[in-house]
Amino acid sequence: MTALIRRFLVVLVRILVGARGDWQGCEPDTRRRVYFANHGSHFDTVAVMAALPWEVRRLTHPVAARDYWGKTRLRRFIAEILLRAVLIDRQPVPGSQPLAPLEKLLEEGRSILIFPEGTRAEGEEIAPFKSGIYRLALAFPDAELVPVHLDNLKRILPKGSWLVVPITCTARFGAPIQVGPGEDKVAFLKRAREAVKALGRPA
Amino acid sequence: MNATLATVLYGLVGLLALASAIGFVLGRRAKSPEAVKTVENLNARIRSWWMMVIVVGGAIALGDTVTITLFALISFMALREFWTLTPSRRGDHVALFLSFFVVLPIHYLLLADEWYGLFVIFIPVYAFLMLPAIATLAGDTNDFLARGAKVQWGLMLTVYSISHAPALLLLDTGVPAALLIVYLIIVVQLSDVFQYVWGKLIGRTRLSPSVSPSKTVEGLIGGGLCAILAGTFLYGMTPFSPLQAAGMSAVIVTAGFFGGFVLSAIKRDLKAKDWGTIIEGHGGVLDRVDSLTFAAPLFFHMTRYWFTM
Repeated sequence: MTALIRRFLVVLVRILVGARGDWQGCEPDTRRRVYFANHGSHFDTVAVMAALPWEVRRLTHPVAARDYWGKTRLRRFIAEILLRAVLIDRQPVPGSQPLAPLEKLLEEGRSILIFPEGTRAEGEEIAPFKSGIYRLALAFPDAELVPVHLDNLKRILPKGSWLVVPITCTARFGAPIQVGPGEDKVAFLKRAREAVKALGRPA
Repeated sequence: MNATLATVLYGLVGLLALASAIGFVLGRRAKSPEAVKTVENLNARIRSWWMMVIVVGGAIALGDTVTITLFALISFMALREFWTLTPSRRGDHVALFLSFFVVLPIHYLLLADEWYGLFVIFIPVYAFLMLPAIATLAGDTNDFLARGAKVQWGLMLTVYSISHAPALLLLDTGVPAALLIVYLIIVVQLSDVFQYVWGKLIGRTRLSPSVSPSKTVEGLIGGGLCAILAGTFLYGMTPFSPLQAAGMSAVIVTAGFFGGFVLSAIKRDLKAKDWGTIIEGHGGVLDRVDSLTFAAPLFFHMTRYWFTM
């Protein structure tokens, strides 16, 4: 039953916003990956998931904010059951390990999808990245960090609106990046953000 | 289903079967990488033609409601392709939502309801005044004039113009209106195909490299004349005499050419090659119906003015 609803959700998203995958820098693969994408609307998690082929999608877990997706039973169902999402705290209690559930998944060889901006950006620009991706990259040096750019999402469902405009969204997957030798946090986060931004201009 | 309509649809299936056979033979003969690529593109186009004939022919055979619904869906997909490439701002969000989910359905419902008077003015009067009015409420005056024009042009090209093909169902010309729709589509699409073929065979002089690099003068003239000839021979589907059919086909071909040309110019302006990726070898829906956007309203009004009872 859940599998059926999942399938239905993917079809619905594909009809509504297209959600086409455009693999520019790498091919779909079931190996351990950290996909990181720009954040434009509530649709972007489902858009990336719908753009992944089924074999990859079933091994990929999106990361969602507990304060939004854990709020009601319906949201929890959509996030945790349908999307196989991991809910994390955006404002963690000091001393806790907010990334622990993600590290566990990566240790199991699964892939995750994160939105390093942390929140949906207001303007046209991609917001500065938070440091979680850097820590994951250091902890799992052999995991591929794949930049993903989602276009048009802010136009499909902008912050503060509930009207969905059915413009087509393409998820562009770029070439994997890694932390360079001796590269510090600030430089890496900047480079990761540039990698996503560069995909925004189609070749 | 009308006997003539059935004959025409079977004829199209036969024609496509022949095209598929030729494509298959060409595919076995092609040796040079360039030839292989051309034949592959040709075969992709033929496969897409099968899909289009099955979908459009099937809808028309199933009756007026299905036909109107199909064109509403085509408009929806074309409008989506238009807005995927055309930039918009946050202040346009409500106007875009209304274009897709209010204006488009009402326009096609008016057609299904056969309310001709409101059908022809609903978009150019009511939608064109209402949408910019609603956009002012967002308070963003940046590029306001240009943004309003984009909203209006999007609806005009993809909804209003295209709907004039199924609007032929409103006309009482003495022949089944479904035949006129098929006639219009055959002449428009044959014109595109013949122009493509003639252009590939003898095309040398580029018509306007800046607007449409693949269009040539030879292709336009050769292809256009072939399409007019085909339209003349098919006069039996229409209320026209052979000479009138030639004249109507000439209008369809000329308008269709400019439809494709104008939409190409918009694409170049938006720095895109194709409107979409949905139809293999053809690009998007809007790439396939671009000629129809100009040909359908002209054909509709000329038929309505001179040939209705």
